[in-house]
Amino acid sequence: MMRFILPFVLFMVLAGFLYVGLGLKPHEVESPLIDKSAPAFSLPQLAEPAKNFSPEDMKGKVWLFNVWASWCESCKDEHPVLLALAQQNLVPIYGLDYKDKREDAEAWLHQAGNPYTLVASDADGRVGINYGVYGVPETYVIDKQGVIRYKQIGPVTLGSLKDTILPLVQKLEAQP
Amino acid sequence: MVPEIGHFALIIALMLAILQGVLPIYGAARSNAVLMGMARPVAIGQFVFVATAFGCLAYALLTSDFSVLYVAEHSNSQLPAHYRFAALWGGHEGSLLLWTFLLTVWTVAVTQFSKHLPQEMVARVIGVMGLISVGFLTFMLFTSNPFERLLPAAMDGRDLNPLLQDPGMVIHPPMLYMGYVGFSVAFAFALSALLGGKLDATWARWSRPWTTVAWTFLTLGIALGSGWAYYELGWGGWWFWDPVENASFMPWLAGTALIHSLAVTEKRGAFKSWTVLLAISAFSLSLLGTFLVRSGVLTSVHAFATDPRRGIFILAFLVVVIGSSLLLFAWRAPKIGLGGKFELVSRESFLLSNNVLLSVAAASVFLGTLYPLFMDALGFGKLSVGPPYFNTVFVPLMVPMVLLMGLGPAARWKQSSVPDIWVRVRWAFGASLVIAVLLPFILGKWTPLIALGLMLAFWLISTALVDLRRRMLRAGGIKGQSRSYYGMQLAHFGVAVFIIGVTMVKGYEMERDVRMSPGDTVQAGGYSFRFDGVRDLEGPNYHARQGRVVILEDGKPVGQLFPEKRQYDASGMPMTEAAIKTGLFRDLYVSLGEPIPNSGGAWAVRVYYKPFVDWIWGGCVLMAFGGILALSDRRYRIHAKKKQESHAPDNTAHVAPETATGSTTA
Amino acid sequence: MKPRQKRFAFIVAGIAGLGIAVGLVLYALKDNVNLYFTPTQVFNKDAPVGRSFRIGGLVVANSLKREQDGLTVHFEVTDTAKTMPVVYKGILPDLFKEGKGVVAEGKLGDDGVFHAAQVLAKHDENYMPPEAKEALDEAKKAAAKAAAAAATK
Repeated sequence: MMRFILPFVLFMVLAGFLYVGLGLKPHEVESPLIDKSAPAFSLPQLAEPAKNFSPEDMKGKVWLFNVWASWCESCKDEHPVLLALAQQNLVPIYGLDYKDKREDAEAWLHQAGNPYTLVASDADGRVGINYGVYGVPETYVIDKQGVIRYKQIGPVTLGSLKDTILPLVQKLEAQP
Repeated sequence: MVPEIGHFALIIALMLAILQGVLPIYGAARSNAVLMGMARPVAIGQFVFVATAFGCLAYALLTSDFSVLYVAEHSNSQLPAHYRFAALWGGHEGSLLLWTFLLTVWTVAVTQFSKHLPQEMVARVIGVMGLISVGFLTFMLFTSNPFERLLPAAMDGRDLNPLLQDPGMVIHPPMLYMGYVGFSVAFAFALSALLGGKLDATWARWSRPWTTVAWTFLTLGIALGSGWAYYELGWGGWWFWDPVENASFMPWLAGTALIHSLAVTEKRGAFKSWTVLLAISAFSLSLLGTFLVRSGVLTSVHAFATDPRRGIFILAFLVVVIGSSLLLFAWRAPKIGLGGKFELVSRESFLLSNNVLLSVAAASVFLGTLYPLFMDALGFGKLSVGPPYFNTVFVPLMVPMVLLMGLGPAARWKQSSVPDIWVRVRWAFGASLVIAVLLPFILGKWTPLIALGLMLAFWLISTALVDLRRRMLRAGGIKGQSRSYYGMQLAHFGVAVFIIGVTMVKGYEMERDVRMSPGDTVQAGGYSFRFDGVRDLEGPNYHARQGRVVILEDGKPVGQLFPEKRQYDASGMPMTEAAIKTGLFRDLYVSLGEPIPNSGGAWAVRVYYKPFVDWIWGGCVLMAFGGILALSDRRYRIHAKKKQESHAPDNTAHVAPETATGSTTA
Repeated sequence: MKPRQKRFAFIVAGIAGLGIAVGLVLYALKDNVNLYFTPTQVFNKDAPVGRSFRIGGLVVANSLKREQDGLTVHFEVTDTAKTMPVVYKGILPDLFKEGKGVVAEGKLGDDGVFHAAQVLAKHDENYMPPEAKEALDEAKKAAAKAAAAAATK
């Protein structure tokens, strides 16, 4: 009576396919920059255009580098998350205002609150290209040596903050 | 504090579920009445604790406790209270909790309504349901805990996906899950029968009403989901053959086959092993649907947040549940025997053909849904299977099925003859053919597909009428028929209504995507639509731009529509809110596209004329009513009465002769 | 009918039915499967001309242009390695956004422009269609390979 075993055999074949299927789609896009030094740049600060900001200034600190723009809808999504994070003083957040107009960016920060310690203004988007930005928002975790350790594509969520970013920051803080 | 109580309640529920899964089944194997007697109290206990957890999460949502991760991710302080509650099943963890909660509800229902069944049977059924619950509770506690804390708490939540902020969405998932989970009862009965080795027709009789209830919920759930997609997605479509939809449709097809197969097994003792296999399949497909939706292995237009790690767990769970039940089937089924004999032309063989067609239909949907995955796994590259595939396969399979639906009630059990059936249905056949050929001319457009659709619908209606008339002329008259007979006819009539809806929409709908400046008009289906510009609106948790469209018939205004383009505050997500003027014979549907820059207030506007579209859902509702009517049949009430008379387990039921089912449909 | 004949008739009917169903499925699959290509593959001329297929990637920021009819839109899709122009007539889905993932279904014209018949975006705003992700991965892998090749030279 082999025919009665047939449904089982078919199902196991299917389960095999499903198992392979699970591994097929990498759900994380790895940034080629992970574990490489953050590309160097020097950009005018948003609040004080006369002064420049460079990642070099941040050596010795663990920091978040958040790419955003006032025209970006999903940035408005993550804005409250960033504000909450900034209030807790766990890690400094530096912003990169990507392909944006200074007035718009300042108006938005004024209206919605400013989670950033400092914002660099990347009006023509060149620095963004060096960082491999293909959509905003994106957030990089950069360690004390200035090496990119993690890249969050899309808005920072409470979940990603809790599961990935903050534990990583803690770990990096503990390192020399 | 409350979330911790919920978490703790889930842990206790898991302990109880393990007891519920192990003790009664072991007790049944050892004929130990004490252990078997544990089934009911433990199941009720598990229900109480899962319900507590459910209540705790609801409380956290309603009080906007953003220190709970799930609440922070799926709710928002501005969200109206009923959507805060609905956010309970707006995310992965919450919907799992709903699944488990409904499973315990079904289990408690089994404990309450099966007091007349032999103790061994009930013990095994509740035990199997307990084992399923173990899987879901473990899954929840180890990978998807809804009570996980977020410390420090968020200022505000990320809001419920705006697509889900809709009254239809509030009840769609519970309905659908009631259906999915309900098939676990039929599954548990089938496994219980396999375990006990008593594969006579009795298990079929006991699981029939449960299957019908589950099927009714699933039918309504799918109809709600389809209706929701129609008015909420703003494309005017009602079915997209999207993997998520297919995931609910496959168990429906298997469940429909199961209902019919159970009827034959109960009444005639035939198809025994087939029915067992269908009962396993219907629930397996429900689980598979959960897997497909939750694991993200398939690209779907409306997959919500997915997680591959969870996929591994569900897959392992699937393998254990489905694999072991199919092994059990392989082991026990050869002993089932063939059961009642029947001739090539008989109601059994018509029902068997229908079963095969439904199963093949389910298999073809299955193949189309998973084909991209198979090809990808085999290294043939990425591809997708479009709706035309499903239409090409599905329609030819459904045509013979609908024809058989008309013939089935006209055929006798066991042995029938072609001339005899022909005499009974020839008028119905002629009438439906004439209507199908002529009606499209009156409606203004004749195509073979319209004619075919109408023929099938009128074939169902006319054969039903002929059958009713024949039965009324016989002794007993209209009252002599059982409610399950009327339920069957009503459900079949629902299919006819559904076919009319689909045929008319596909055949006569009109769709206009146009640029409209204020004052412009566009024609569709004999109506003029005049666009009067947009204004700004403030909703409770969104801003909207609301357009005004005046509908004119013969130059006279007959109504106004207010389609909206919303922007939700918390999530920033845009949403198209279509405006629909519903009617028995047609829907007028307007949705806003995008504003056209530098054009003085012009918008891209979508205008649809959808004849008979509501008949699609009307048909589904009629099918569901058919299920309810069949459930109210006398023989199920006899059981209820028996229950009142004596609370002692009634062991006579499973040796009762099959004729005791009060069948009058023969 | 004798039992043997009856059994035979059932088997014949069953096989015939199954054969028809399998035939239908194969026929339908042959015509209605949309292959999926990345902009890089399209650039390498791997994609068919005149047959419908899907492309995926990200909508290039600031590439969206609208024609005066208000319905025809032009935009560019990139897998970060190669970019291709797309034209679509109709109303874009709510979640279509520059810088976001998109999947379009349509045909490649002789002019090298992808004429989309359907544009899909996801309901979940944070989500990128897996196909779009796949396209980005492929491009990155290729870039890494090229970099490695350059390094070893």
